[in-house]
Amino acid sequence: MIYVNNLSKLFGDFVAVNDLTFNILPGDVVGFLGPNGAGKSTTMKMLTGFLAPSTGGIQIADLSMAEDAKKIKKLIGYLPEGAPAYGDMTPIQFLHFIAKIRGLKGKHKAERINTVIKQVDLLGVLDKPIENLSKGFKRRVGLAQAILHDPDILILDEPTDGLDPNQKHQVRELIQNLAKEKIVIISTHILEEVTAVCNRVMIISAGQLRFDASPEALLAKSKYHKAVTLHLSYPSDISGLLELPGVIDMEHERSTGRVTLLTQNGADVLHDVTEHIKDRRLPVDTIFVEQGRLDQVFRDITQGVKA
Amino acid sequence: MGTVFTLFKRELASFFATPVAYVFITIFLILSSVFTFFIGSLYERGQADLLPFFNFHPWLYLFLVPAIAMRTWSEERKSGSIELLMTLPISTLQALLGKFFASWAVLGLSLLLTFPLWLTVNYLGQPDHGVIVAAYVGSWLMAGTFLAIGMCMSAMTKNQVVAFILAVVVCFLFVVSGSNIVLDAFKDWAPSIVIDTIASFSFLTHFESIAKGVLALNDVGYFLISITLWLYASLLIIEHKKAD
Repeated sequence: MIYVNNLSKLFGDFVAVNDLTFNILPGDVVGFLGPNGAGKSTTMKMLTGFLAPSTGGIQIADLSMAEDAKKIKKLIGYLPEGAPAYGDMTPIQFLHFIAKIRGLKGKHKAERINTVIKQVDLLGVLDKPIENLSKGFKRRVGLAQAILHDPDILILDEPTDGLDPNQKHQVRELIQNLAKEKIVIISTHILEEVTAVCNRVMIISAGQLRFDASPEALLAKSKYHKAVTLHLSYPSDISGLLELPGVIDMEHERSTGRVTLLTQNGADVLHDVTEHIKDRRLPVDTIFVEQGRLDQVFRDITQGVKA
Repeated sequence: MGTVFTLFKRELASFFATPVAYVFITIFLILSSVFTFFIGSLYERGQADLLPFFNFHPWLYLFLVPAIAMRTWSEERKSGSIELLMTLPISTLQALLGKFFASWAVLGLSLLLTFPLWLTVNYLGQPDHGVIVAAYVGSWLMAGTFLAIGMCMSAMTKNQVVAFILAVVVCFLFVVSGSNIVLDAFKDWAPSIVIDTIASFSFLTHFESIAKGVLALNDVGYFLISITLWLYASLLIIEHKKAD
């Protein structure tokens, strides 16, 4: 439903977004990743109609952003970076204001407001000025206004920034429950969030799209994908592990006794490794297969650009 | 129109949720009384009219209206709430009008609250009510022009102090361009058409007759057109600079 063609944005000489082309379909929960200044927020600002692209076009639900921005804005719920709101208003005043602007009326309006208040758990702070609320509550007020009109497209710029682990969990659940036939785009710095809620990952670096596939595919790019990590109770001769078929490298941290066996092309080596441990009576107390390490893949993808 | 009204109500509520409106109205009332009684010598003149009151309005507005206007856009941009506002299904014009009318309403309310002065001259003599109503309307229009200039300056910068100073300077130019100090500087060498043009841009020139109760079309038109032009300029500036 979202078609982005050759989208670029320049600020003076600085190229913030460089020739992005992608489509997002209903049901996609997209995790937007990238280092600071990579162009994530700028792209989101263009998708929501706040910024006009320098070149290229955006089509949402068969409408062109250049011509029908107002109609498109009705379809979108947006949480801007930092969750700005009107500090002098209370959350309940703020939600009523947004509801009126969004054209919600009467019983439906009251129902929607009550629903989102429950969804993001704002009940205790409804009558306190937003500027006096904690960071977590401010973020939730921002989320509440974004989902208030039950939009088909939800764009959230760092929705869990500043939330404690419980609140993060709550927000992730909220997003998972929303997204059946909707489009959700989330930008985040928290890599685990992507595997937790998204079914598609887009990595942007220096304004360019560097990766666009499922979180599983992202994990598979890791050299630790399917690597076997084990922990030794006390030092022991483990050189034999490196000779097992499929194992191409071994990382051994002597201080912690942690050993990681890297495999070739994600080969399944767990069985051989356990056999070997049994034969040699190695003092292994923990053993598990790694999914891949996102931070390392993230670094490879985003820093590779500059090199 | 419904959208503009919703925005208007939010802006107006925000004036009264913060001390801004209360402080503004109080200061406006105190200063306008001080000017009227001590500098304008309302009693000593021995005339039952409000000319001493209205004559000081351009100078009063010069500092007070930019103080109301400075926050309109600067604050939105500083806090980032402009991003929220501009991604709602509203047009920039609707947002602009909502803000303008809310601030203008606060100015109108301040003017209305000077009614004890009117009662005073009623007690002292028989003033011409038509003149006073016309002067009130004219003063409100002029306040709107100051406001439109202030909002335009507020749209230019994130910094409220800068917005305030810019607005005072620009307003000052428009006020003094009709005063003798400025016109004398041109008198010796410039052709009269230049002097007339400069004078015709001045708030003082246009407000002079309004303060006496003459609501002439060209004076009213001048303020209305000025408001429109400055608001249009704000619109262009916001569209251009909203994301900076």
